[in-house]
Amino acid sequence: MKYKSQKVAYWFFASAILLLSLQIIYGFIMGFAHMGYDGLHSITPFNTARAVHTNLLVVWLLLGFMGAAYYIIPEEAQQELVNVKLAYVQLISFLVVGVIAIVGYHLNYWEGRKFLEIPRPLDWLVVVNVLLFLGLILATLYKGKKKTTTALVLAMGLLFAALLYLPGMIWFDNQTLDSFFRWWVVHLWVEGVWELIMGGILAFLLIKLTGVDREVIEKWLYVIIGLTFLSGILGTGHHYYYIGVGKIWLIVGGIFSMLEPLAFLAMALFAVGMYRKGEKKHPNKLALYWTLGTAIISFVGAGLLGMAHTLPQVNLYTHGTLVTAMHGHLAFWGAYGMIVFSFITFALPNLTGRKLYDTVNGQLAYWLSNIGMAGMTLAFGVAGVAQVYLERKLGLEFGAVQKEIEVHFFVLILMATMFSTGITLFIIEFFRFGKPNDEAIGFEENLKKA
Amino acid sequence: MLSKSQARAFFLGGTFVTFAIFLGMSWNSLVNEVPKQTNPQNLTEQVVHGKELWEENNCMGCHSIFGEGAYYAPELTKVVERRGEAYIKAVLMAKTPWMPRGRKMVAYGFSDQDASDMVEFFKWAGEADLNGFPPKPDVKR
Ligand code: HEM
Ligand code: HEM
Ligand SMILES: [Fe+2]
Repeated sequence: MKYKSQKVAYWFFASAILLLSLQIIYGFIMGFAHMGYDGLHSITPFNTARAVHTNLLVVWLLLGFMGAAYYIIPEEAQQELVNVKLAYVQLISFLVVGVIAIVGYHLNYWEGRKFLEIPRPLDWLVVVNVLLFLGLILATLYKGKKKTTTALVLAMGLLFAALLYLPGMIWFDNQTLDSFFRWWVVHLWVEGVWELIMGGILAFLLIKLTGVDREVIEKWLYVIIGLTFLSGILGTGHHYYYIGVGKIWLIVGGIFSMLEPLAFLAMALFAVGMYRKGEKKHPNKLALYWTLGTAIISFVGAGLLGMAHTLPQVNLYTHGTLVTAMHGHLAFWGAYGMIVFSFITFALPNLTGRKLYDTVNGQLAYWLSNIGMAGMTLAFGVAGVAQVYLERKLGLEFGAVQKEIEVHFFVLILMATMFSTGITLFIIEFFRFGKPNDEAIGFEENLKKA
Repeated sequence: MLSKSQARAFFLGGTFVTFAIFLGMSWNSLVNEVPKQTNPQNLTEQVVHGKELWEENNCMGCHSIFGEGAYYAPELTKVVERRGEAYIKAVLMAKTPWMPRGRKMVAYGFSDQDASDMVEFFKWAGEADLNGFPPKPDVKR
């Protein structure tokens, strides 16, 4: 840490991991419901649990991105954050809106539009909040001494993410149009601008952790985000196959979405390549583990498992089944969950000045969470393939098929328990570091000299 | 080898070209395809009210329509064809949770009018041309 104002990042990270634990609780509620134990139905029916689970996911990831931005931008721009108080105001108001939304989901106050359940009046509060965030980030960048590619890519990703939220706020009478523009938010986020955010954070981490020359890393960053948009924008077509728009999307969406894994492959090759090339031995090995893990698991979860059902011939059968849930979990975890964890692991020692590198708990957290999530993916996958075959190919009734696949949700819960143990250890480690403090300024720089 | 400015040009060029194509295709979908495939003339007040009910109650939090939503309860695009109007209305108007095979649905206790509007929405959805979705089961038994 070089600047006092970077400390605000810590509170974003602390909030993020706490909301993740809440997300997991609601995940368990749904896992049990799928297994046939829906004892909480009267207080938390499945649709409430689901809205809370997925919205908390988005909220904690955004908190992670924001925290990372508050840490990265001052350091890259060589400039204190323009206004630290407002950054705290932004955090608290963001959390307040989140809490209102989640309480609302328990009281039938929502909009049944997958991932965008936040009612429109609250959407406006989100917009104001994000404008405040962007204002702080962009003003800092503008005032700063340097405008590095890494900082620009990160800021561009955040700015576009905010802009793309808007099409999701329009009301349509026609379900097809509703769905059409919902994807401008959901798809163009995760397979577009969020990859810019991820790429920017990844580049920053690799510069710090491997010591490879910035120019080399940033050149590859351009190639990666170039591949992202080249494939991802027209790849939106893979959600337009079967919602009531033309067949042309089957061809265009099919071809371009098949290219989408290239961006993730490039990230994996890039991270591993820079790791090999780098001579510097940064003591924060765990951060390097997480960083390389992110690059690899995101390629598997988003790239390969996305590709598995993206061709129209396949998607006709898998569309809207548990196969989608399988891909959704490993993609969100591998790309965005893990990049946030990587950054937290990297930033904590620098924020607090404590050298808790490479602890046993930290290692266990890494392996348990990742193996657990891989197991969950497998459980969803087996359930999904069985569902597709029995329901869509053989034509058995939905409910009959669900009975057949209940057992896979038992496996899901076992694996989710392993995953949650990993997350719990991560959280314990997080709090062992203690609070961020001004004595940590210069901590990382001194490591290099020593 | 590729230089940084060439890499940047690749990014900007690729983004610009694909985004322009995307906007063009989207425009075409809105102006030409949606009117042809989704019968906007049939979006009566009842259908629109049905859609409002669909959203207000987050039905998509358990079910899916056009293949979008959750995986806890059945796909509903063709539900009128599959179950018929009377069955659907009975489910929606029930005062205690409907429990096919033990899996509970929320008991909405809709009025007769609301239940009919919901059915109208499903009828509209069932008539949309979705390029062959949902697929017909195709393994011969
Ligand atoms: C990090 C990146 C990604 C994340 C977080 C992600 C996440 C998700 C999620 C949550 C869904 C369900 C969306 C919904 O139904 O509302 C979904 C659907 C889908 N994803 Fe991804 N995805 C990613 C990348 C990819 C890539 C690279 C591909 C293709 C190569 C892909 C292919 C698909 C397809 C075809 C569907 C539609 C499934 C269906 O028809 O039900 N995804 N993704
Ligand atoms: C440990 C605990 C977890 C359990 C037991 C769990 C379980 C579930 C279940 C049962 C669903 C609903 C599927 C349906 O609609 O029927 C779901 C949805 C979802 N979960 Fe989780 N989950 C867990 C953790 C996570 C984590 C850590 C992430 C992300 C990093 C995540 C991301 C998602 C997403 C994106 C969806 C929506 C998927 C879609 O619509 O295709 N979950 N989860
Ligand atoms: Fe997508």
